[in-house]
Amino acid sequence: MSDTARDPFQQALDQRIIRGRSLYIDAWHRLLKNRAALTGLVVLAGMIVLVIVGPMLSDWDYEIPDWDHYSTPPSLETGHLFGTDALGRDLYVRTLIGGRISLLVGLVATLVSLVIGISYGAVAGYFGGRIDNLMMRFVDGIYAMPFMFFVIVLMVVFGRNIFLIFVAIGAVNWLDMARIVRGQTLSLKNKAFVEAARACGSSEFQIIRRHIVPNLLGVVIVYVTLTIPQVILVESFLSFLGLGVQEPLTSWGALVNEGAQELETAPWSLLFPASFLAVTLFAFNFLGDGLRDALDPKDRH
Amino acid sequence: MLSYSLRRLASAVPTLLLLITVAFFLIRIAPGGPFDSERGLPPDIEANLAAKYNLDEPLIVQYGRYLWQIARFDFGPSFHYLDWTVNDLIAQGAPVSFLLGFLALLLALLVGVPIGAWAAWRQNRPSDYAVMSVAMVGISVPNFVMAPLLILLFAITLGWLPAGGWEYSLSRMVLPVITLALPMIAYVARITRGSMIEVLHSSFIRTARAKGMPEKTVLINHALKPALLPVISYLGPAAAAILTGSVVVERIFTIPGIGSYFVQGALNRDYTLVMGVVILYGLLIIAFNFMVDLIYAWLDPRIRYDEIENTT
Repeated sequence: MSDTARDPFQQALDQRIIRGRSLYIDAWHRLLKNRAALTGLVVLAGMIVLVIVGPMLSDWDYEIPDWDHYSTPPSLETGHLFGTDALGRDLYVRTLIGGRISLLVGLVATLVSLVIGISYGAVAGYFGGRIDNLMMRFVDGIYAMPFMFFVIVLMVVFGRNIFLIFVAIGAVNWLDMARIVRGQTLSLKNKAFVEAARACGSSEFQIIRRHIVPNLLGVVIVYVTLTIPQVILVESFLSFLGLGVQEPLTSWGALVNEGAQELETAPWSLLFPASFLAVTLFAFNFLGDGLRDALDPKDRH
Repeated sequence: MLSYSLRRLASAVPTLLLLITVAFFLIRIAPGGPFDSERGLPPDIEANLAAKYNLDEPLIVQYGRYLWQIARFDFGPSFHYLDWTVNDLIAQGAPVSFLLGFLALLLALLVGVPIGAWAAWRQNRPSDYAVMSVAMVGISVPNFVMAPLLILLFAITLGWLPAGGWEYSLSRMVLPVITLALPMIAYVARITRGSMIEVLHSSFIRTARAKGMPEKTVLINHALKPALLPVISYLGPAAAAILTGSVVVERIFTIPGIGSYFVQGALNRDYTLVMGVVILYGLLIIAFNFMVDLIYAWLDPRIRYDEIENTT
């Protein structure tokens, strides 16, 4: 010990406090270096703040028409920044309220699919063998179905209920999650730390919850950022077909639908919600890509 | 290979049966019926209609009757388009939808693959970033936003192409096909780029380069085929995407395909029409996935399904 202490090089090494850097700190630094992903993150944060605060700051309400202005283009004089729709409702407020709904659906439905997908995939992957085979066959079976059509039928059957949108989309989207989680679990369960946990007497459930699921987090985060835009898209698609949220409430898809019908006379009623939707999806996709690069060290060329 | 194919076909039967069953009962428990109208029909007429279409029988009997019907490829009469059978409607609408979908898929492959391969070859240079950013736009702008924008630009502002309507002519097909193809071009380009980069880093490419082969030969003869495998497996989801896309595109461009029938049918409670379209789509997706697996095995000598069967 005293020998090494005299060595100046070793001394210098000893003085430096070496702290372990977790995967997530590493990943965070990598993410911050990725300009596209960082922009996506900032844009999303801004968008969330805007849809929450924006409508409160406006003089207009999303369902009460301004009787003096029908289908007026955007102008500062009338106070309608994005113009008004055919019923005289302020499009700025409606776009932001629509954004609230779209983002909310995106988050909640993804959460639903996340919970189902993780538990299903983790159980199938962990127990393996016949259970795994059976569970995954079931997923394959459902996978082969035209799911969008089921969602459409569901929406028609049970009426347009916003909670149903959450459940219907979530129930459709868990399949991918289950597959990814299963694959990851299969490779994790033979790792030494799982063996160690078992040797310490942890129960199967404890191992899944404490050791497997936390290690799935990286994959899951990436998947979530890529699922949210998909879900927003599905909701918009339903709303576009007139099956989504119900008037006077609105969402980006519903607004795009209305705007598309007045394309020739009032292009602004399409352009504003459409660009909000596109920018949000854009930001999510960039963030997701960046997160994948940051969290998955093997795929970095 | 043959035994694998047969087994796959056999496994499609329960999938299809499950699909039919779920769809059948789901739409039947929906409130409202096909003959509801604003004014309401006299009860006698309603009873007669129900008797004519066997709607007065217990649901399970109707279900059995329906299964027996489809086993003979008879989807029954449409409840909404009177004097039309669902077979007629599908025979009329399907060719239109399939033609559009096929052209869009072709366009996506013909444009997406070269773009992706080129971006991979120029990896991390400005041109790569530029191409991939454009691809991201293609993915982020949903088709129901893209379609009105294309109409606004090419039909209304420039007046080059018709804004909608249908006949078998190139000018009517351009915008719908482009709308359907754009997101797929973007996906195909991204997938091709990703797999191409992986392949270009592998040792057999280095060997080929070390032997002094021209870059063109390396890219096209050596790298492209293995890089195409993930693209092939994307074709399954792509088929599903086209089917849902067709609903939107046919609606915006007022094209009389089966996608537009489906939504109308669901809203009208046109039981037989909805079922017919769902079954058709289910069959298509199953067939497509099956084809993708076969092409995959044919392209990749490492995959031989019959051997896998022995090991598991």
